Amino acid sequence: MVYTEISSNKRKTVLLITFFLVLIIGLGFVFSKNLDMPQLLPLAVGLSVLMSLTSYFYSDKIVLAMSKAREVKRADDPELYRTVENLAITAGLPTPKVYLIEDTALNAFATGRNPHHAVLCVTTGLRSQLTKQELEGVMAHELSHIGNYDIRLSTIIVVLVGIITLLSDWMLRISFWGGRKRSNDHNQATAVFAIIGLILAILSPLAATLIQLAISRKREYLADASGVLLTRYPQGLAGALRKIAADREPLEVANKATAHLYIANPFKAQKIASLFNTHPPIEDRIKRLEAMS
Amino acid sequence: MYILLIIIAVVVLAFIGIYNTLVHSRNRVDEAWSDIEVQLKRRYDLIPNLVNTVKGYAKHEDSVFTKVTDARAAAMSAPNPGQKLAAENQLSQTIRSLFAVAENYPELKANQNFLSLQSDLTDTEDKIQAARRFYNGMVRDYNTKLQTFPTNLFASMLGFTAKTFFDIDEKGPEGQPVNVKF
Repeated sequence: MVYTEISSNKRKTVLLITFFLVLIIGLGFVFSKNLDMPQLLPLAVGLSVLMSLTSYFYSDKIVLAMSKAREVKRADDPELYRTVENLAITAGLPTPKVYLIEDTALNAFATGRNPHHAVLCVTTGLRSQLTKQELEGVMAHELSHIGNYDIRLSTIIVVLVGIITLLSDWMLRISFWGGRKRSNDHNQATAVFAIIGLILAILSPLAATLIQLAISRKREYLADASGVLLTRYPQGLAGALRKIAADREPLEVANKATAHLYIANPFKAQKIASLFNTHPPIEDRIKRLEAMS
Repeated sequence: MYILLIIIAVVVLAFIGIYNTLVHSRNRVDEAWSDIEVQLKRRYDLIPNLVNTVKGYAKHEDSVFTKVTDARAAAMSAPNPGQKLAAENQLSQTIRSLFAVAENYPELKANQNFLSLQSDLTDTEDKIQAARRFYNGMVRDYNTKLQTFPTNLFASMLGFTAKTFFDIDEKGPEGQPVNVKF
């Protein structure tokens, strides 16, 4: 794994949580002024700290619960377990827990706050339709996400992005409702705050999405490349990606907040690279993998 | 005067930096080596069971059993990585010949216990390979650090010496055991 990548991910996690704290406390401040409810500010401070802690320590469990995944022990599927175990040894990582999602769609993701609390999750469709080499390719890709601490950053994003979207949605409603009520006062300061509040409420989910995008796309190429360093067999992952691309079935348990975690876009919508894709085009990834062999 | 002090400070800081990265790197190599030992230990534990199972069916293959047992004992008592490597290679060869013997006994091949031991052993061999690759990667990083400028100027002075790869194809300083071909 790339050591500079690890420290960069750790730094970005700290930045992200700081940004989140500032944003939520800022929103709390603006809205407490706007709605003339001073108790909102301490509430926002308390909530944001609580949410940051929760997202750091429990986001992996939240993600697994969101994805309806169940744990696989060695006895349940020795072949899958051994594949993960052996690749983890090659990567010098502790063996992550293995989880399965009951879904015929082909996909996989890794989550957790560090390699010692990591979880590797695959769908039953992926498990049954890939050959051993292809499965190894996918597992190695996910293990590189674990080794690079990509998992810490991207899992925290799931929870933080979710919270921001939820809060701003909620605040947007309050400010419409509150704004109308106070339009009789002709208070200029309140009007200004109402506008700022509105802008913030609209911009914050957009910012959250942009963070999600910026963080996830390049990482897929990097994880492909470092995964191949583990298996020394680019055709394995390339074959798996080809099967994933051919599979047109969307993954039901995935949603907007978790989409960037998966090895391939779980919604199966777009083919060309665009600004709002969470994943690089799969054809391009296959091409790069084939260039390695 | 100040310039002299600054130069000394820079040199001392650089020295500390180099020393610390070397220590980190060497510890990673040692840790990777202990990962290999965990897997090797697992193999040592499996071998007596395997030998006993095969013995139950193939009574007249004593020479193979003694070879495996001796090779295991030699591998377990090897004092350093270099000799360990040679002994382990020898052990792998004898295990292969044990399986070759097992091929001649159809009843043995159908034995559930034998099959599960065989798959455990295959898995352990895979894990040894995996641990070996990680170890070699760490040794490569460490040796590269030792050999590049400016570290190479004081590495040996500080007591850092190059580590050996745990590699089946590479010739170690102790030389390779004779490869028995079937």
